[in-house]
Amino acid sequence: MADSIPKIKIMKGAEADLSAATFQIHDESHTIGNALRWMLMKNPKVEFCGYSAPHPSENVIQVRIQMYDNLSSLSALITALSDLETLCGTIEDSYMTSFNNDDYEKWIEES
Amino acid sequence: MTTQDAINPRRLVGIQAERVTNVSSTDYPGHYPDEDHSWNLGRFKETLKVQIQRLSQRSIEFDLVGVDASIANAFRRIMIAEVPTVCIEHVYMWDNTSVVVDEVLSHRIGLVPLNVDPALVSMKESPTEQATDRNTIVFGIKIICERNPHAPKGSVNPSELYINHELRSSHIEWRPAGEQEDVFVAKPPAPTNPNIVLAKLRPGQGVEMELHAVKGVGKDHAKFSPVATASYRLLPNITITKPIPPEYADKFQNCFSPGVIRVDPKTKAVSVDKHNLRKDTVSREVLRHPEFSDHVQLSRVRDHFIFNVESEGPYPPERLLLEAIKVMREKLVTIRKAAEALLDQDSGDVDIQMADV
Repeated sequence: MADSIPKIKIMKGAEADLSAATFQIHDESHTIGNALRWMLMKNPKVEFCGYSAPHPSENVIQVRIQMYDNLSSLSALITALSDLETLCGTIEDSYMTSFNNDDYEKWIEES
Repeated sequence: MTTQDAINPRRLVGIQAERVTNVSSTDYPGHYPDEDHSWNLGRFKETLKVQIQRLSQRSIEFDLVGVDASIANAFRRIMIAEVPTVCIEHVYMWDNTSVVVDEVLSHRIGLVPLNVDPALVSMKESPTEQATDRNTIVFGIKIICERNPHAPKGSVNPSELYINHELRSSHIEWRPAGEQEDVFVAKPPAPTNPNIVLAKLRPGQGVEMELHAVKGVGKDHAKFSPVATASYRLLPNITITKPIPPEYADKFQNCFSPGVIRVDPKTKAVSVDKHNLRKDTVSREVLRHPEFSDHVQLSRVRDHFIFNVESEGPYPPERLLLEAIKVMREKLVTIRKAAEALLDQDSGDVDIQMADV
């Protein structure tokens, strides 16, 4: 694929300082959309965050972010993404601890 | 009895006879005055609890406690639709004289789960990409049904009368190409279940074809989904607010799933069995009886997810959440890198290109 579709676009109508912007993320769905929205809403500097999957035939989601104090929504997006990465790592570690140490019921299932 | 250590009411989704209450989570900054609900990894680690409950060779039940529904749902969705597996995608039919038409037989063959470890196969970038020994595994079927010359006289049993009267998944045999013989030496590619009947045959009928298996994900076609089911439910919670009169104890117990309510055989005192609480179906039967409806409060714990995952394919059940987490992290990294590239563009002199949409 020579000219591949960009993963993220900033949609028309964003503030010049990006304190309010809508990001269009290609090839993502509610899976990432809702998790990302939740992590952005955990940020006290975010005034508003919402996402939508505009149409089932378009393989995109749109994430709207509005910031307090004219902060950059793009930086908030990057922070939220890396926070979600650490969250995933934490859950993985916790799951492995339970898998290796816990005394859970093991049984044979007929197939 | 209200002696059990009560759950923070903010964590509860109320369940009443005709409605549910407090459905949404409220742990966001600014929701409660003077409370800090911003993201805090240390606090998250304290409240997070992952606990495996039951594990078999085919399924797993585990609890994920202390996360938001959006996170639990992301893992559920990824397990169903985005954890890759290898399935038969192209069927080259040389001969099919069975009663099952070509396209139906091809479809049935595509749905057969294979035991191939997806990590050993690379994904095709596009459907038109050249097939190589890295991205395609070749199987073949060659079978002809014949009369059994040694069939017992008077038998009406097809398995005695005929040879190969059923085309089964065990007839799908691997044809190694290139380096594959070395790569798959530990576990030769084959269907996970050898006994799937794909077509029934009679003497003279036969099937001959070549099958190409590729790596894909469930959002493209359900055959690529590595799970039979991946679902979660919220932990039920029952609070008895007023003592249940002893004469009603057994009736009260019967309003719930077996094991959920304990009745003391002597005193007829009623209590909730915390360990078996998860077995309750929250049928709300208890709320239909006027003598109980103001003695009990039903709810579910909003951040306590009981996952049930059945594996169907190459992954052992305990691997599935780990694979989902891996896929999730890869997605996050891709988006973060793209966002960082945008940020670099922004800090340079170049104006950010806004999409025309």
